[in-house]
Amino acid sequence: MSVKKITTPLTEDFIVGLKAGDRVEISGVLYTARDAAHKRLVQMIKDGDKLPFDLRGQIIYFVGPTPARPGMPIGSAGPTTSGRMDPYSPYLIEHGLKGMIGKGGRGKEVIEAMLRHKCVYFAAIGGVAALLSKKIKKAEVIAFDDLGTEAVRRLEVEDFPVIVINDVHGGDLYKKGMSEYSSL
Amino acid sequence: MRRVHFNDIVDKVRDMCMDANYNLSADVIAAYEKALEKEKSPLGQEVLRQIMQNSEIAGKESMPLCQDTGLAVFFIEFGQDVSIAGGLLSDAINEGVRQGYSKGYLRKSVVEEPIFNRRNTSDNTPAIIHTEIVAGEDIRIKLDIAGGGCENMASLKMLRPADGIEGVKQFVVDSVRNAGANPCPPVVVGVGIGGDFEKAAIIAKKALLRPVGQPNARMEVASLEEDLLRKVNQIGIGPVGLGGTTTALAVHVEVHPCHIASLPVAVNIGCHSSRHKSIVI
Repeated sequence: MSVKKITTPLTEDFIVGLKAGDRVEISGVLYTARDAAHKRLVQMIKDGDKLPFDLRGQIIYFVGPTPARPGMPIGSAGPTTSGRMDPYSPYLIEHGLKGMIGKGGRGKEVIEAMLRHKCVYFAAIGGVAALLSKKIKKAEVIAFDDLGTEAVRRLEVEDFPVIVINDVHGGDLYKKGMSEYSSL
Repeated sequence: MRRVHFNDIVDKVRDMCMDANYNLSADVIAAYEKALEKEKSPLGQEVLRQIMQNSEIAGKESMPLCQDTGLAVFFIEFGQDVSIAGGLLSDAINEGVRQGYSKGYLRKSVVEEPIFNRRNTSDNTPAIIHTEIVAGEDIRIKLDIAGGGCENMASLKMLRPADGIEGVKQFVVDSVRNAGANPCPPVVVGVGIGGDFEKAAIIAKKALLRPVGQPNARMEVASLEEDLLRKVNQIGIGPVGLGGTTTALAVHVEVHPCHIASLPVAVNIGCHSSRHKSIVI
């Protein structure tokens, strides 16, 4: 299967061209955030505060890495369960977020926000965190240092492999994959 | 009375935490190989190959298999003819966890309080420790690395005895289906049937510590495990949820006597990175 290569930020044209099941390799910048950081980001939006990074066109990777060994940019860094971000993601999507990387299904409100504002949901392969970390070339904490592993990091990645789960046309790879192989 | 020094336990637990997070045991690798032979989805096969590649890198480079290096859950069988010199068992376990998670560059994933102050304890303690007093003078320590993604998919139901084996099967299949891609399939499904509310949950977790695919010693339970595995793999979730015929590597069932009115069933799901270790001191 062919792989689509992209350099961040994401453009609307590229997003519209994606279909559930497409393989994508991302180069450029990803921002990390888990639920604790999402809670703060959303509060900042509500309070009218300036966010630690401009959301427009960006991708958030749901990950809390292990500590980096000396000389390494980062430790193991695979995706965490995206459903925990569901209460927060619609706010970020409304404010320009264009992509999310995680694992597991998303709720109705998130998918509606994605369709409305043209945002794509990718999965990285869960549990292959040592393998995925090889694609991360640089990592820097840019906000919420007190959250430890849950701080917001700016990652520089090269050919970071993901697969489209929810596209902006209503496609859902989890549903499609399961129905294809279900015999129960 | 045999005496074991506090620091011996600390050292062994420290090493065990690191080993469990870097190196999968042979039973898990064998389960992957078997799954790869059987998996029908080409994408599912590719995912399984990546999972195997990940375990090679992790072992070779002493890197955590997963960024979620878990809550350290211990099951300890403590011989009643042994005593610890220099401190408490639980303190030794927690000190071992503290040292292992720091020295091993493992993620600290424990908050000190669930609701009012979710502040990270910064050393992955306290561990969860289940202790059982047994005959003899050995200390057997089993460790399960419980990641949040799969632990969050655990469930428990108090069935009616009339629901019987069909009710149990339905609940297990529904639990795995509802979990979907969240717990990083192919999973190991731990099922606890009987006991009471908390016993069912504890034996479901304990079931995850069995070598993957090793059947229950009781034939009727082993046959239930086989039946459940076949059903779970018909759901179609597949490796990491992208569709396929390998949703579970194994189903492990433990049973326990229970009240005449009850039929408790607990399901605890373990991810494909089934990190469990066992040592005897």
